Amino acid sequence: MRKFRQDAMRSFGSFGITFIWVTVGSWLIFMILLPQLIMLDFSFRPFLPLRKIGGPEDIYTLKNYIVLFTNEFHRAIFIKTIWTSVLVTTVALFVCYPIAFYLAKVARGARFAWILMGLIIPYWINELLRIFAWQLILADAGVLNKLLLAIDIISNPINFRAGNSAVIMGMVYAYILFMVFPLYNAIESLDRNQIDAARDLGSSWLRIHRRIVIPYAKPGIAVGCIMTFMLAAGSIAAPQLLGSPSSFWFSQVIYTNFECANWNQGAAYAMVLAGLCLIFIFAMLKIFKVDLKELAK
Amino acid sequence: MDQYVGQDIEIVDVGMRYEGSEEYAVSDINVYIKPGEFFSFLGPSGCGKTTLLRLVSGFLEPTKGKVLIGGENMRGIGPNKRPTAMIFQNLALFPLMTVAENIGFGLEVRGVSRADRRKKAAELLELVDLPGVENKKVSDLSGGQMQRVAIARGLAVEPSVLLLDEPLSALDLKLRQHMRTELRNIQKRTGVTFIYITHDQGEALTMSDRIGVMSDSGTIEQIAAADELYNEPETVFVADFVGENNRFISTVRTANNGYAVVETSFGQQLTGINPQQLSSGQQAIAFVRPEAISVLEDSKAGENIIKCKVKSISFEGAFVTIFLDIGGNQAFFMRRHNNGSTPFPEIDSEIDICFGAHNTRLLGTGTK
Ligand SMILES: Nc1ncnc2c1ncn2[C@@H]1O[C@H](COP(=O)(O)OP(=O)(O)O)[C@@H](O)[C@H]1O
Ligand SMILES: [Mg+2]
Repeated sequence: MRKFRQDAMRSFGSFGITFIWVTVGSWLIFMILLPQLIMLDFSFRPFLPLRKIGGPEDIYTLKNYIVLFTNEFHRAIFIKTIWTSVLVTTVALFVCYPIAFYLAKVARGARFAWILMGLIIPYWINELLRIFAWQLILADAGVLNKLLLAIDIISNPINFRAGNSAVIMGMVYAYILFMVFPLYNAIESLDRNQIDAARDLGSSWLRIHRRIVIPYAKPGIAVGCIMTFMLAAGSIAAPQLLGSPSSFWFSQVIYTNFECANWNQGAAYAMVLAGLCLIFIFAMLKIFKVDLKELAK
Repeated sequence: MDQYVGQDIEIVDVGMRYEGSEEYAVSDINVYIKPGEFFSFLGPSGCGKTTLLRLVSGFLEPTKGKVLIGGENMRGIGPNKRPTAMIFQNLALFPLMTVAENIGFGLEVRGVSRADRRKKAAELLELVDLPGVENKKVSDLSGGQMQRVAIARGLAVEPSVLLLDEPLSALDLKLRQHMRTELRNIQKRTGVTFIYITHDQGEALTMSDRIGVMSDSGTIEQIAAADELYNEPETVFVADFVGENNRFISTVRTANNGYAVVETSFGQQLTGINPQQLSSGQQAIAFVRPEAISVLEDSKAGENIIKCKVKSISFEGAFVTIFLDIGGNQAFFMRRHNNGSTPFPEIDSEIDICFGAHNTRLLGTGTK
């Protein structure tokens, strides 16, 4: 730490360091901490007409939080959001693990570069556009239905948007990198000889993954799951564009509340979502027996 | 240790070219390794030793030729199905498992029960002289202990052949020397065939029943027991690589009865053994071991005598190395015991040195 300070001193000078502290500090305080605190404050106040704000009725209350339990409709959406996000995370893990393993331990040279480009280039366009593309693919008269019809696998177009399948597919695709990279990172550092040694001792590939690769990749799996889950649970574009019009995502409920000027309710739900993500993080760390310290690597 | 059965290995005309590579990494390999033999491949780094070992273990399939273990052709049989176990250069112990789990891994694969695995692990730890560490984490072991655990893990699957890829190179000198004896003992106790590869001739010479010396081109130069390799090198490469040697570039003048007379590039005539039956006019290199040279006391017939000047003396305790000047850039040195009483020659003094014709080996540069 002292060395770090000396190095910083040498390259920026004391004025420069003060400048960095002040800018980073105020950015943290005004752009992150303060808005969150204001939201927290909002979430504990009742929704009142403008003239009554600051009046005798403006007292702290848990009402906005209790609504989640009394409003059956919101509660169902909340549970569905959690459940579907878990599903998205699980599917993403199963899809991305082979990709990450292939990239980290099998692919070489040109093939590695091609796959990497295939993964990264779609991220050069906006998330919204990527999800629009899926809308085109999954629509009743979309590419996928046309293809399936043409090769006679189905006789009537499938309505992907009816259930959650379109949302899940869209999200898995939209967040694939957030799962692939932590996994790749973890697996890449695994010594190739460990795999060879297990194989030499007679192990099948399945067991090599179960006993050698996956235990080693645990921190990466935890990070990938956390990122994907948080992105999925907080997602708004994918459910809006790919979900059936009659089913909502929890983030859409929050959005609607803010839109209807009920900031207090919106803030409370936003806090619930944030709390959910925190619980998920700790659950993952517990399940995978990973230290917070290891995640920093 | 009657559960172990060493098997023989036959490597027939094996050549290996990596995908996308123009040249063969190893080629023309022909070796028969006896059951229960301790066989070493010795060669400089990059000569294809690891490649050869991976061909035997099944991680690579030869481009040409075949590998037979116990008389059975191994083509198409994967590393998980061969009766071999490999000790990796970096050991490749599983860091997230305990010592017992590491040793038991191969048995777990074979469906052996947990209790039996533990029993076997304890037995093997006994065998490698490291009892009682079953529950330790791998990272808590010292380098030498890890070494033993890796060997125990390999032996757990009762292989017929143990393949060792420079397993001692990471240890410090003292431990390395101790592990040499230890490895040899384990091999004797089990009777498993050991194939050991190393670039360290000390290791190869002290441990092995026989040694195959490989050159940079990925071919075998000579297969012989340690003493034979040292005393009767068959090629220039082996004479240069194994032990220390003085070498004189020369031309054959006359040859008869297994001996020949050559003239060195600085005009000196030398008589030596001519194992390759070189004939008059051919290029040869005359090799003389530094310990075969002595200071001339009484002139003896038939011996090679060279006049030289003492350049410097290097004292090494039990030995003394004397560097000699015989004109030109020719490097030349002799080595003798330090018996504590015979005085060393003085620097810059002129002396006559001599060495026997039977200690002088003439090897052709053109032929292998
Ligand atoms: N996977 C590989 N692909 C291409 N060439 C390789 C590969 N592994 C080794 N080689 C080449 O084969 C030769 C022999 O290597 P190796 O068997 O590792 O030698 P050693 O173990 O004796 O040091 C080297 O020239 C090396 O560059
Ligand atoms: Mg090697």
